[in-house]
Amino acid sequence: MISLAGRDVLHSWSKFVLTGIGLGLLIGVTLTMAGVYRGMVDDAKALLANSGADLWVVQQDTQGPYAEASSLRDDVVRSMLALPGVARAANVTYLTMQVRRGPAELGEGDVRAMIVGFEPGQPGEPPYLLAGRHITRSHYEAVADLKTGFKLGEHIRIRRQAYTVVGLTQRMVSSGGDPMVFIPLKDAQEAQFLKDNDAIVNDRARTAANPQFNRPGVPGLLEAVQASQANNRNVNAVLVQVQPGWSAEQVAAPIRRWKHLEAYTQAQMEEILVVKLIATAARQIFMFLVILAIVSAAIVAFIIYTMTLGKIREIAVLKLIGTRNATIAGMILQQALGLGLIGFIVGKVSATIWAPIFPKFVLLLTGDAVTGLIAVMVICALASTLAIRAALKVDPAEAIGG
Amino acid sequence: MKINKTLTQRFGLGALALLLVAALAFVMTRTGPLAPVRVSVHQVAEGTLTPSLFGIGTVEARRSYLIGPTVPGRVLRLLVDVGDTVKPGQLLAEMDPVDLDERLHALDASIARARSTGAAAQAQHKDMLARREVAAANARRYIELGEKGFISSGVVEGKQQEQTSADAAVSSALANIAAAGADLRRVDAEHAALRQQRSAVRLTAPVAGVVTSRDAEPGSTVVAGQAVVKLIDPASLWIRVRFDQGRSTGLAAGLPAQTVLRSNPRQPLAGTVARIEVVSDSVTEERIAMVAFEPAAAQPATRGASLSVGELAEVTVTLPTTARAPLLPNAAVKHLGKQTGVWRLAGGDLQFVPVRTGATSLDGQVQVLEGLKAGDTVIEFSEKELKADSRIKVVDSLVGGKP
Repeated sequence: MISLAGRDVLHSWSKFVLTGIGLGLLIGVTLTMAGVYRGMVDDAKALLANSGADLWVVQQDTQGPYAEASSLRDDVVRSMLALPGVARAANVTYLTMQVRRGPAELGEGDVRAMIVGFEPGQPGEPPYLLAGRHITRSHYEAVADLKTGFKLGEHIRIRRQAYTVVGLTQRMVSSGGDPMVFIPLKDAQEAQFLKDNDAIVNDRARTAANPQFNRPGVPGLLEAVQASQANNRNVNAVLVQVQPGWSAEQVAAPIRRWKHLEAYTQAQMEEILVVKLIATAARQIFMFLVILAIVSAAIVAFIIYTMTLGKIREIAVLKLIGTRNATIAGMILQQALGLGLIGFIVGKVSATIWAPIFPKFVLLLTGDAVTGLIAVMVICALASTLAIRAALKVDPAEAIGG
Repeated sequence: MKINKTLTQRFGLGALALLLVAALAFVMTRTGPLAPVRVSVHQVAEGTLTPSLFGIGTVEARRSYLIGPTVPGRVLRLLVDVGDTVKPGQLLAEMDPVDLDERLHALDASIARARSTGAAAQAQHKDMLARREVAAANARRYIELGEKGFISSGVVEGKQQEQTSADAAVSSALANIAAAGADLRRVDAEHAALRQQRSAVRLTAPVAGVVTSRDAEPGSTVVAGQAVVKLIDPASLWIRVRFDQGRSTGLAAGLPAQTVLRSNPRQPLAGTVARIEVVSDSVTEERIAMVAFEPAAAQPATRGASLSVGELAEVTVTLPTTARAPLLPNAAVKHLGKQTGVWRLAGGDLQFVPVRTGATSLDGQVQVLEGLKAGDTVIEFSEKELKADSRIKVVDSLVGGKP
């Protein structure tokens, strides 16, 4: 028996293929939107995974360091290392800022990035590199994410210092999707807490004008006061890795109780990031995804319906020559499913092709693709039932009447 | 003709379907969980490396001098300004002597008076000596007369007593002379002391140097010990360098160092580590070393007039070259929990090999002490974190164009 559907497709194949591709692009947009949503959530998770920590120790009563500001003394890390169950602990600072490229005199614009201050060889270090090397000097070297666009050997400016990019990494992003730039902790502390030169000069003048600090009979007092104002030894969080055999919660309990600090486990941190920090933005994208999915489904259904209606005269002829209803229904169903399949493949391929062009990460999950395929097929099948109803109701007389 | 057309269409459609399926397969294998992780590998080779230590520091003067008065007072005049070169002994500033000159005048008068008192004592002494002679002669005569019985013994005793009194008066006059002499010496000493004080209000340069600050202007009062002028010895400039404690292994005096001043990053200056401070900074966890410029680099001709105290400098200290050992790029070294190791590629299988690392160089080479041998292939760069069961694909470079 010849395949009616195949014959029909062969008859008007260009129309069929073009419709499939159009449908595919629409499905591609929907898949991409799902990818954007997944990417947002994955950015938040990548941030946690890359820091390599089991516990985040932050200022008491804050949900830092990502969702809220948190500030700790940088010697807290020593008391953490002394706690039972702690394998490694390291200071870390985070600061999102505009990083300027090149020497100051060139002024080639800037890149938004999250500056991470880390201690080499400790948690918080970029776990893998794409090119270059890790930081070896204790100052003025940086490892940058590929998305910043920085090249190896390029000079970038953070506050008043110039840094050389010595390594490149990938998928190191903040929860907002900003690429990271890793610099030594001491430099990062300075970048975060050091005031600009004008503010320092103003502060000095203000202190000097205060008779309490500038007494004529006490030489050296003013200098001492000003020296004490100039340094700030804070960090945003302490990353803790726990020893094998200990649970993160076991280690966290004494930190909360006796150290008067807040400690978050990986699961708690993930909840803070995914449920609280990016919740609104993610819901916004998710709502858009839902509407887009509904619209796509409607359009797919209408395309199949109108395609069938366009062939209503041929169907009437088929009925006239005594074709069975099941055969006609099968033809329409096969065409609809074929169209759906072509659409899905085109959509999946196109989404994969254009996903890397997006400025932020787009994560195309295989699970999402499978769900998409099933949804497309179900929608096509449902839409074809409408078309089949219309086709079956047609009067064979139309074949000759029209 | 008709059949041909149908055939062409069939082939066309078939090709299209194949193309779609191929594209899908390509997409599925290139991205997502099925895709292999792209990595690049490194062949471990034996070699030597020259480890270096990197620190930052500030230019400081080895010797600086705070010139100020030893007693509180008011600045009378200031003869030098910042940047002036001064010679040893040169008058830099003078404090207001206030009443010191008047007190010297008073002491001059006291000295004159003490001298007069001395002269009076001498004269009195002479007078007393004359009186004693007379008294002695009288006493001798009366004793002779008394022995012959011409006068009563009472009169003789009276004359003897007169002689004893005259003796005592001479002793008293001598004592007066000594007292006057002592008084003169006291006043003289006081005078000398005051002259010292008077000369101490003149602030002079102890050594040749350059004035770095003028801390009080004429008319302002300063307390004892407060600096009026600060001097440094410009030939003694060196750099106080701070090295991260964790990366200061091998730091020793005498090692060659290369210094880059912030003001002139294109012209490195040669130097040597002059001293390692015994006490390191416990708060910043840094070791402190002093790096002196090479005599040639310290020449004003090469470094210009731009070398300023407090300027930021980057210092690279070169350590002796290590023995031959397998070398690794530091990008290959991973931390898995507490273990440090590398991913070794052996026969297409990934294996985490713990290694013990030794010296590192600033260009990212790490010496392997244990765990690897030359010729081993290790993963250097990877697109994501690797696991033992990761599927990998070895490529030459992960980013476009190797730097």
